[in-house]
Amino acid sequence: MKLGVVVFPGSNCDADTLYALGGVLGQEAVYLWHKDHDLKGVDGVVLPGGFAHGDYLRSGAIAKFSPLMREVGEHAARGGLVLGICNGFQVLLELGLLPGAMLRNKNLKFLCQYVTLRVENEKTAFSHLARKGQVLRMPIAHFDGNYYAPPEVLDEIERNGQVVLRYADAQGRLTEEANVNGSLRAIAGLVNKAGNVMGLMPHPERAVEALLGGTDGRVILESMIRGRAR
Amino acid sequence: MKVRILVSFKDSVLDPQGQTVKNALLTLGYGFVKDVRQGKVFELDLEGVDEAEARRLVPEIASKVLANPIIEKFSWDILP
Repeated sequence: MKLGVVVFPGSNCDADTLYALGGVLGQEAVYLWHKDHDLKGVDGVVLPGGFAHGDYLRSGAIAKFSPLMREVGEHAARGGLVLGICNGFQVLLELGLLPGAMLRNKNLKFLCQYVTLRVENEKTAFSHLARKGQVLRMPIAHFDGNYYAPPEVLDEIERNGQVVLRYADAQGRLTEEANVNGSLRAIAGLVNKAGNVMGLMPHPERAVEALLGGTDGRVILESMIRGRAR
Repeated sequence: MKVRILVSFKDSVLDPQGQTVKNALLTLGYGFVKDVRQGKVFELDLEGVDEAEARRLVPEIASKVLANPIIEKFSWDILP
């Protein structure tokens, strides 16, 4: 699979993501500069973590006006796969490709730590290699990961099975302590209604080698690479 | 013409930063402070637009760029 990693000024997980997709998982992975109008023929797009355009106004708020976002939107509308990690998730929310918005973490702290996540929907293009209820361990590193959506939107995405990952404890139980950033319904990752666009706050690309602390992130990236759930 | 735009969280959205400021004020003895909401202020210096155009364009800028309508609301005024 040919994958493109979008680079904004201020992206800082672009090299890690390219390495995870290309060096570790053996795919053809290329950078896509945010100012170009060229997806270079990729099958899937990844918006990496970082601080696109400095995140000065709001996380992802300026990035949504980057020229390449037009092509990313068209790619998504055609059913192409788009994965947004951390800041990339925030950009997808600002673009309106995913529902909701991010607030500052409940404790007002930048959180840089491992979290455990429960797989809620194992039938998406980004989770079909997981089991329902499986607990995945991945790192997070963000200030604004406190997921918010109005109650009627939350109910709708729950009904549609759009919630893919929730913050949970190591046994897969939903607790207040496990929901480190205060996200509504403990949402850590979700897909759009069509199922081809996913955003998540944890960093799967930082969890692809045992040497670096774990390989659970492969479940998400390899699901995307190996194609849709049947 | 100068305009001032105030962006703040909708009433339905929790504002943890405002809560922290409120708690600090209570700790300092200002027990009469019932609530604090924190927001952002933008002052825009506009050139070559009249007031009618500003009334159309400023809300457009505010809702498209400065505020995220899912979580934030805005108000604005023309500065004297």
